[in-house]
This record gives sequence, structure tokens and C-alpha cells, in this order.
Amino acid sequence: MQLDIYLNVAVGGILTGLVYGLMALGLSVIFGVVRVVNFAHGEMMTMAMYAAVTLFAAFHLDPLVMMIPIAVVMFALGYLLQVGLINSFITRPEHSQFLLLIAVAIIIVNALLIAFGPDAQNVQVAYAFDSFQVGPLIVDATKVYAAVAAIVVAAALFAFFRYTAVGTAIRACADNYTGALVVGLDVHRLYALTFGLGCACVGAAGCMLLLLFDVTPAVGPAYTLLAFVIVITGGMGSMPGALLGGMLVGFTEAISGLLFTPSAKSMFAFAILVVMLLFRPQGIMGKRTT
Amino acid sequence: MIARLTADVPRRSLLLLAALLLIFLLLPIFVGDYLLTVLILILFFSYAGLAWNIMMGFAGQLSLGHALYVGLGAYTAAALYVHFGISPWLGLLAAVLIAALAGAFLGFLAFRFRIGGVYFAILTIAVAEFARVGFDHLSWTSGSAGLFLPVAQYAHNDLWHLRGHPVMFYYLLLVAIVLAIIASRLLLQSRIGYFWLAIREDEEAARSAGIDTFHYKMLAVVISAGMTAFAGVIFAFYYNNLFPEQVFNISQSILIILGPIIGGVGTLFGPLLGAFLLEFVAEGLRTLLEWLNIDLPGSNQIFFGLVLLLVVIAMPEGVWPWLARRLGLSERKR
Repeated sequence: MQLDIYLNVAVGGILTGLVYGLMALGLSVIFGVVRVVNFAHGEMMTMAMYAAVTLFAAFHLDPLVMMIPIAVVMFALGYLLQVGLINSFITRPEHSQFLLLIAVAIIIVNALLIAFGPDAQNVQVAYAFDSFQVGPLIVDATKVYAAVAAIVVAAALFAFFRYTAVGTAIRACADNYTGALVVGLDVHRLYALTFGLGCACVGAAGCMLLLLFDVTPAVGPAYTLLAFVIVITGGMGSMPGALLGGMLVGFTEAISGLLFTPSAKSMFAFAILVVMLLFRPQGIMGKRTT
Repeated sequence: MIARLTADVPRRSLLLLAALLLIFLLLPIFVGDYLLTVLILILFFSYAGLAWNIMMGFAGQLSLGHALYVGLGAYTAAALYVHFGISPWLGLLAAVLIAALAGAFLGFLAFRFRIGGVYFAILTIAVAEFARVGFDHLSWTSGSAGLFLPVAQYAHNDLWHLRGHPVMFYYLLLVAIVLAIIASRLLLQSRIGYFWLAIREDEEAARSAGIDTFHYKMLAVVISAGMTAFAGVIFAFYYNNLFPEQVFNISQSILIILGPIIGGVGTLFGPLLGAFLLEFVAEGLRTLLEWLNIDLPGSNQIFFGLVLLLVVIAMPEGVWPWLARRLGLSERKR
């Protein structure tokens, strides 16, 4: 009986972790290619979550379906942000880029605060209390759907980078910026595409996460940080690493929430980061560069 | 020492500096209670910004988690005072020690593997957040319910126990700022300072020139952290209450770095000027919104965001270098 509880919590945590993984994947793709750390990542996800809340409240549209149009809008926003602001910062020092995105993050958080107020909001879908039973395991339907959606989106992104010409071109930019310029790639446009894709990822992840958690304007920074922890744990620039890192963090959060207290769960995610930096600074899937 | 401090500073700058100091010394006589609290806030962020500047401005290590050292300093001194009645000045010793140890731990973690730039900045946030959640659950300091100091009697100023009128805190912070600027200048003129600048400009080159970069980066973090702890002690005894949610918050870290960034990273007077400009404009905006009868929570923060955005885009070096050139006191960019 006791073991069942742990197993249930662990599976739930891993499923949630897959959605975390997709969120972190967006960050990882942006960092891997554009070499800019998107400090407004969690805030962008919060935007998507509010879009989904609003659509649900007004038209009763399921966040898992709305994920597609929201991701498209987020793609456009990311594309414009890269073209309008970030492209001119690529050659600036790192801390300049940081501050630029922190500024964007501050503006998003407080614009959401003004628009939606400080209270937590969520969606109550029809299947909110459904569950699947497999042997002793009882798994929430929302978590299963969200995790499946996360895997589908991640796979699509993976295929895009692997098998399409544009995806290959983007990987070329990531590998060698000067080389990509030399062979005549429009690097700035490809960067914008990449930033857009990263934002679309996090937008989709936001819609899935909305099935599992409430949203307030202030949750953004926490998710940004969580995404960093996951990306560093999984290995910067590694796509499978982000998903793995997400599962590890989701699992740890769930188990530590059960063993200690849920409010302390984020401490354990940071503990993973510290342990990782101590013993394997390149991450689970990362390659050692120095 | 004074000769060394004033070496190659133009006479005009020295005079202006003396005038500025005089103005600050006399200011509390002329301002009302409200303005005094605003000034204390400005001085608090100026001092914390100066401390942060040592790490980022001189040694080039971006910390986005300086709230960690403010919080550790504040909680150490306050808890020692509340539980054992230990004077904050003795508490300060413990606070500096603990903050410096935290900085050393963080630096050790990062610099051992030459984790720099992005990773380092994220690590600083993560450690600060770790401390925030940790203190939320630490019963010795009453966790998230907050730690309260016995409220001060304003009858007389008790400097030894830091109980007294806000004016006392104003002058304490002013002294701290003067000391911090002197210390920064002396450091910059020393071997350590030159090594820091070398590391900031090109770490690989510094290493190949034989500089023990690990050692000097550690030194920067430890000094900066220890200095910031004093800001924390003042914070605790000025406000008389501490909440992890507040002192360790990432927005606190960002407020600390806004001043030096707007003023000019790596300059001696940038942090001061930046804190001033920021608070000045924020107050102006607050008054304007009140006058227009607009009550929007968050509008101030949006404004901070926009200012940061504008400064980063249009004045990446900060306002001070620009102003110094205008005034003909160009502090050589170091």
C-alpha cells in the first residue's frame, strides 16, 4: 500500500516533468542557437496561460486544442521580439542581453498584473477529475493528456530540426555562426525563426501546464528559473537532455513534496542543480567542452 | 593614503565631491520625514549597488542574486538580537562572516569548473531562491510568518543597539557609502584591482598571463558578499521586520543591480547616481499617477522595466560616463 503511494506520486511527477521538459526545450533551443538566454521564458509562458484561460472562460475552448493557435501567436511574438530587439544585441556583452530580457520580463509580469489582477485563475475542463487505472496505478487523465501532448510537440520539433532544410540551416547557425554567414545563410532571419519556435514551445507547454496548475502573474520568474535548472541539468543545447531533465525535476519535486512539504519542493529542484554543477557540470546529456 | 586616493583626480572633481558630501551631510536638516525615508532608500540601494559593483563592475562576474547576502546579513543580525540580545555590531561580524561564506560556497561551486557568464548568473539566482524557500521553513527565524524586532523608542538614539530615529540610519548609510567608495578606489588601484579588470576584460588572457583567476574571482565574490551583508543589517534594524518572501526575493536582487546599471557599471559614482535617478523618477511617477487619480498596481514596476529597457538599448555604458564627459570630469573608464 505504502509503495503504491510513492509509485503514483512518482508517475504523476514524471508526467508533469515532461511538460516542464517541453518548456525547458524552448529555452534550450533558443540558447543553443541564438546564444541568448531568454530571461523572459517563464513570463512568456504565463502570457500563453492567460490567453488559454481567457479563451476557456469566454468560449469554453479546451486548452489542449487552443494550444495550436496560441503557439502560433507566441511564435509570431517571439519572431518579432528577435527581429525588433534581440538581433541588435547579439554582439553585445552577455550581461547586456540578460538585462534586456529581464526588462522584457518585468514588463510582461506587470502588464499581466494590470490586465488580469493578482488572483490565481485556472480552467475546469470536463475531464479534470478523470483518471486511468493500470494495476495499482491511478493516473490523472489531465497529466496523461498533457504529457502526451508534450511528447508530440517535442517530437515534431525534433523532426523539424533533423529532417527539414530550414532546420538543418538553423543547426548550421548554431554550430558555426561565421561559417553560416559565409555560406550565405540569412542568420538573422533564422535566429528570429528559432526564437519564435522556442516561444511557440513554451506557449504550448503553458497550455498543457494550465490543466495541472493555477496561473498568477507572479509565477513567471519561478518557471523561468525552473526551466534553467532543467536545461542545465539535462545539458545545455541537448534536446533529449531537456526532456530528461524535466522528468528528473518533476519526479524530484513530486517525491520531495510527498516526503517533506509541497511548499519546499522547489528547494529540491535547486539542490539538483547544485549537485549537478558539483559533479557533472555539463549536464546529463551534455558534452564536456573545457 | 589620502595622497594615493586623490592621485590623478582633477581639482574640480575634488571640489565637487566635497560639495556633494556637504550637501548630503546637511540634507536631513532640510527635508521632512517622508523625503528622509526616500533618501534612506536611495542610500540603501546606492550602498548595495556599490557592493555589487565590485563583483560585476570590477571582476566581471554577474550576480543576479545579491538579495541572498542582504537576506543572510539581515537575518543573522536580527536573529542574534531577538534571541540573545546581541548588539547588531557584533551581529554584523557574524553576518559578514555568513554572507562571505555563502559567497565563497557559490564561487567555489561555479569557478572550480570555470562556470561563467550565463551559468554563473543563474546559479546566483538559484542559490538566492534556495535560501528564500529555506528561510520560509526555518522555524528559528519564524519562517514565512516573518521575524519582528522590538519596535524602537525614538526618545534617544541608541547607536550600539541600532534603535533610534531614521536620521541615524541615514548617517550610518552615508558613512558606509563613503567608506565603500574609498575601498573601491583603493582596491582598483591595487594589484587585486588590476587583476580583476584583466579578468573582466579577457579571462583567458588573464590566465595565460599567470593570474590565478579562481583566487581573484573568489576574492571578488567574498568581498562583495561581506559588504552587502551590512546593507542587510541596516535593512533589518531600519524596517524592524523581515520576511523571506521580501528580503530574498529576486525583485530585490534586480532593484540592487538597477542602480549601478543605470548609473554605469564599473564606475565609482554610477551606483549612487543610478539609485538617485531611479528613485527620483519613480517618486515623480508615483506623484503623477496619484495626481491623475490612477491606481494601477504594477504600473511602477512596468516603468522600471521600461527604464531598464531604454538604458540598456540607448546607454549601455550608463548615465555616469556620459555625465562625467559632459562635466569634464571624465573618470577614466577602468
